[in-house]
Amino acid sequence: MPMHIGEKEFTKRVDKGLEDDFMRGAVRSAQGRLQTNRANAADELGDWEEWRSLGQEIRQHTMENLDFYLQQLSDKIAELGGHVYFAETADDANNYVSEVIANKNAKKIAKSKSMVTEEIALNDILEENGCEVVETDLGEYILQIDDHDPPSHIVAPALHKNKEQIRDVFKEKLGYTKTEKPEELTLFAREKLRKEFLEADVGITGCNFAIAESGSFALVTNEGNARMVSTLPKTQITVMGMERIVPTWEELDVLVSLLTRAAVGQKLTSYVTALTGPKIEGEVDGPEEFHLVIVDNGRSKILGTEFQEALHCIRCAACINVCPVYRHVGGHAYGSIYPGPIGAVLTPLLGGYDDYKELPYASTLCGACTEVCPVKIPLHEQLVKHRRNIVEEEEKSDLAERLAMQGFSIVAGSGNLYKLATRMAPLLVTPFVKDGSISKGPGPVKPWTDIREFPVPQKQRFRDWFKNREKGGSERAKRGN
Amino acid sequence: MKVSLFITCLGDVFYVNAGKATVELLERFGCEVDFPETQTCCGQPAYNSGYHKKTKAAAKNMIHTFAHSEYVVSPSGSCAYMFHEYESLFEGEPVWQEKAKKLKEKTYELTQFLTEVLKVDNTGSEFHAKATYHTSCHMTRLLGVKEAPLKLLSNVKGLEMVELPNRESCCGFGGTFSVKMPTISEQMVDEKVEHIEETETEVLIGADGGCLMNIGGRINRKNKPIKVMHIAEILNSRGEV
Ligand code: SF4
Repeated sequence: MPMHIGEKEFTKRVDKGLEDDFMRGAVRSAQGRLQTNRANAADELGDWEEWRSLGQEIRQHTMENLDFYLQQLSDKIAELGGHVYFAETADDANNYVSEVIANKNAKKIAKSKSMVTEEIALNDILEENGCEVVETDLGEYILQIDDHDPPSHIVAPALHKNKEQIRDVFKEKLGYTKTEKPEELTLFAREKLRKEFLEADVGITGCNFAIAESGSFALVTNEGNARMVSTLPKTQITVMGMERIVPTWEELDVLVSLLTRAAVGQKLTSYVTALTGPKIEGEVDGPEEFHLVIVDNGRSKILGTEFQEALHCIRCAACINVCPVYRHVGGHAYGSIYPGPIGAVLTPLLGGYDDYKELPYASTLCGACTEVCPVKIPLHEQLVKHRRNIVEEEEKSDLAERLAMQGFSIVAGSGNLYKLATRMAPLLVTPFVKDGSISKGPGPVKPWTDIREFPVPQKQRFRDWFKNREKGGSERAKRGN
Repeated sequence: MKVSLFITCLGDVFYVNAGKATVELLERFGCEVDFPETQTCCGQPAYNSGYHKKTKAAAKNMIHTFAHSEYVVSPSGSCAYMFHEYESLFEGEPVWQEKAKKLKEKTYELTQFLTEVLKVDNTGSEFHAKATYHTSCHMTRLLGVKEAPLKLLSNVKGLEMVELPNRESCCGFGGTFSVKMPTISEQMVDEKVEHIEETETEVLIGADGGCLMNIGGRINRKNKPIKVMHIAEILNSRGEV
């Protein structure tokens, strides 16, 4: 279960999140900032809804013709003198990368931010092989030196830490002596990292979008470190999820516009790095050897199903930034490197319902995610579909709930039974009513009343009132007034 | 104009006053209101929990119940929206899907019906209080009713409205979510109550029974001096409170 993080049990992870005041404070302020920035940037672009539709169309078209574009991309890379490897599983991908590194006798690896390498847990394998891996994205770097604390967000992996905590990590692990001012922290990290770039034998990058037509890659970063990772080391390996592809530069333009605005509310994140294969004669920059690893790891099974739209995701994290559940439990509670709404949709698809059956229920279905998604993935609907699968296909819901729903179905399906049930309701709860309210409810009502008062069913239901009134009305009519 | 009232289970059993106000309000604007007796629950608890097969009995009953109605009006955004979900519930059953579509096309949430069909922006109501309004998620985002309730409230005489901070964030109800994940739900509703308190208003107005039950239940548990009211009660008021 490489993408898994933290405790095995969902409830334990949630409790841990809810108890972590520092984390919740950090998440709360980051969410507030990111939400406002996103809304402003979307407004500025004008016709945000049209852009979203365009984004959706592009993603849909690409997924429906994925085999074609993947072929086009690999042909192009081969033409440029690069190597392409198609990895069916996480193991396949890790083995291939390990081999390339072993062949080069490389020991030091510089990495730019990549979710797919987190998904396949590449770092663990490389470290087991005796390599030194350095994460060059500031957020990832902080987590790495903090004893491999897992990421809690797909764009800002260290979002759960506040600046004081980061200062303390630097202090403890690297002998940092300055303050918690972000500029000072960043400067310190940059200096450390620069040295690492120069010494690295192999650079590993992720990929936001591969451009099928030209065999190029676009890496979108805040810091520009991806550029260093992809140009300084002699050997470069790019690892991409098989769905991270666009047909041409034109579509890239649209998706990058959507991505950067939705992600952090910037017109362009500070750096969009484009790279194309190994360097050719006469070029100064670029690697001598280039490998592309295309990772399937369960994705092709999603293609063509009702969950295909989950593959449309461009990893902007807008859905995470607006999610009220994420806001309170934080990223680690999801138990997956993909948290938030997209994580709750994607993780069970990639990791199975056995380990992740709670995730689709970790949502009120408020739809805030669906509303902001720049490529219009109906996230909350996908969560309901998961729930339906868990209940009806996998039969993984608990017995008490199944029985309750069975009862519900019978009663709600019959006008008469329903009438009877609602008439009985006040009688049934009478023993629990105190001062016109229910503070300690029985059985299924208990989790409700642990937190809130439960209202008392009225003796005269609405339907009784209405009937009496109608009767009164017709009698009045008969009496002639 | 003939209107069939879809009262919802919470409205039938708990929030009877909101139902009464809905009827009186609709009648005041010339509607002839009937109440089809065989109506039950829209099936939302089962549907959102993933029990789609078990939702169908409720859905079919509702489709029958309102088959002959001209308009169906409900004082609850999420329940009205549930009628919109029936079409996808009956995917692969074209006969039922067709019926579901007909039901969807004639179903409205109360404030939506007032503004879109009856073309009423001002109900001529009077209610003296300082209040704030909670926008329910399903009503706003899924049913797409955003402006109607605010517009109507802005025209109520004597009512001073204060905007709720983070108005659009969910109150933490989420149907069965509230009992399946109570600890998370608690944090969400607490944040909502904090925001309500920040407005320093005395009345919280809403248009969805579920949200009102959740927020109201938490407000009562914490003994906060805030009254929770359904928008129909405000709009039906003539200044007597
Ligand atoms: S699901 Fe949509 S909003 Fe969420 S990360 Fe993916 S593209 Fe962004």
